[in-house]
Amino acid sequence: MTAQLTGDTVTLTGRSLRHILRSPDTIITTAVMPIAFMLLFVYVFGGAIETGIATGTDAATGPYVNYLLPGILLITIASGVAYTSYRLFMDMQGGIFERFQSMPIARSSVLWGHVLTSVIANLISLVIVVAVPLIMGFRSGAGLLAWLAVAGILILFTLALTWIAVIAGLSAKTVDGAFAYPLIFLPLISSAFVPTETMPGPVRAFAEHQPVTPIVNTIRDLLAQQPVGSEIWIALAWCTGLLIAAYLLAQLSYRRRVSQPSPRRRRRLSCPP
Amino acid sequence: MSIETASTPTIRVQGLEKSFKDLHVLRGVDFEVTRGSIFAMLGSNGAGKTTVIKALSTLLAPDAGTATVNGFDTATQSAQVRESISLTGQFAAVDEVLTGRENLVLVAKLRHLKHPKAIADELLERFDLTEAGGRRVATYSGGMRRRLDIAMSLIGDPPVIFLDEPTTGLDPEARLEVWQTVRTLAAAGTTVLLTTQQLEEAEQLADRIAILHGGRILVEGTLAELKRLLPPTEVQYVEKQPALEDVFLALVGKNGDPTIDGADAEGAHPDGTHPKDLP
Repeated sequence: MTAQLTGDTVTLTGRSLRHILRSPDTIITTAVMPIAFMLLFVYVFGGAIETGIATGTDAATGPYVNYLLPGILLITIASGVAYTSYRLFMDMQGGIFERFQSMPIARSSVLWGHVLTSVIANLISLVIVVAVPLIMGFRSGAGLLAWLAVAGILILFTLALTWIAVIAGLSAKTVDGAFAYPLIFLPLISSAFVPTETMPGPVRAFAEHQPVTPIVNTIRDLLAQQPVGSEIWIALAWCTGLLIAAYLLAQLSYRRRVSQPSPRRRRRLSCPP
Repeated sequence: MSIETASTPTIRVQGLEKSFKDLHVLRGVDFEVTRGSIFAMLGSNGAGKTTVIKALSTLLAPDAGTATVNGFDTATQSAQVRESISLTGQFAAVDEVLTGRENLVLVAKLRHLKHPKAIADELLERFDLTEAGGRRVATYSGGMRRRLDIAMSLIGDPPVIFLDEPTTGLDPEARLEVWQTVRTLAAAGTTVLLTTQQLEEAEQLADRIAILHGGRILVEGTLAELKRLLPPTEVQYVEKQPALEDVFLALVGKNGDPTIDGADAEGAHPDGTHPKDLP
């Protein structure tokens, strides 16, 4: 059974990777938005923000782009996973999803194929996004181990967000509903762009107690060769917690989905509130 | 029911019920399909044909009743049922981004067959898609898509094939092609359960026909048996005119035999597919 799951997952991952190869714009679009954000923040707001950070924190005060990069990476992932919802939703709209379900395959391989594809696609986008700040003057003396730790955290975060996107894709009624938009706002209200100390009370409370802030801080410290402290554990706890919760919820909605008629039919037969 | 069935039926449905919220789509459906035969389920839109197909292909669980396919219970032996069947749904289940060949290879791999490429090439050849095999399915016509769809369903030679409205939306030529494929399948021993809302399709293809209405099978039998349900033939003299389909196929068709006169004295009704023709 496990061997079958692996085999089928590899086959289905190959299929959706082909989708990406044939429309590479999905990877480019994923990378362009965060890069635009980065340019905007570094070259437009950057001057004003930089002075604020220099006085407000004791963090290593390299160029602002150093401060910004971790948040930009998370935004890349948060927008990139939307394509997973989209591809999953489109599969269910066409008949291919039902064909897979009626075949003698490991049923969860249909989801795993999309999830692995998401991880690979997001990694490619991340590489593109990291290349740009290198041109813009970002430098890190971080060693291989620190970069591997960063990659590990990013993959964990991608997996967690992808499973959330799977839930969105499975439960969506329309294409627009398939996109897990709110995810993109998490990095905005965090320490990704400015230190949380500068925010008013309730906003600061939210920013400091949501997953993105500890993840951003950890990656920032790793790249700046600072001691990461206990925040890395909070970051990892958020990632694994989200991952487990999202995975279980996705399995639940998948099971509900595959034992029920397609949305097209359901909508015609009855009017949900 | 009428003729003695020597072997056990390949498909046996008993008391199948299914509701969606307050809507009772199936209210106790019973029927049997003999091995190697073509069974047509006839019904108007919303009669529950697709629901029956989905229950049989383990895509949804019925509220009550049992169904066995190829000797396996759909509820308790769903994995074995999925080994035995292929589903060609109402909407062509093909991947538009992939090429025709890649679609076939994908299904062959998912069925864990050896030499998926050889299987794909053989099916492309058989369904007259060799030239189009390297093109993305998005560029295919409706008929080509349907052919590819059916070709994908044949991979692994499943003993039972479900075809849910296989010719809806096809032009007459493509429809004849699909019919020919279905006949070939049944002749080779595959059991075919197809749903349709076109009466002519059922007449042309099916060994037995069931009419699904109001969540139940109203009648079930061979075409001749169903015809006997009505008062005996009344002889009328009707001016014989070629049906538009005959004209169309004679002018355009390469597949339909272009016999405008003769040959269809019995089967042709002027407007082919109107439900009111057959009460």
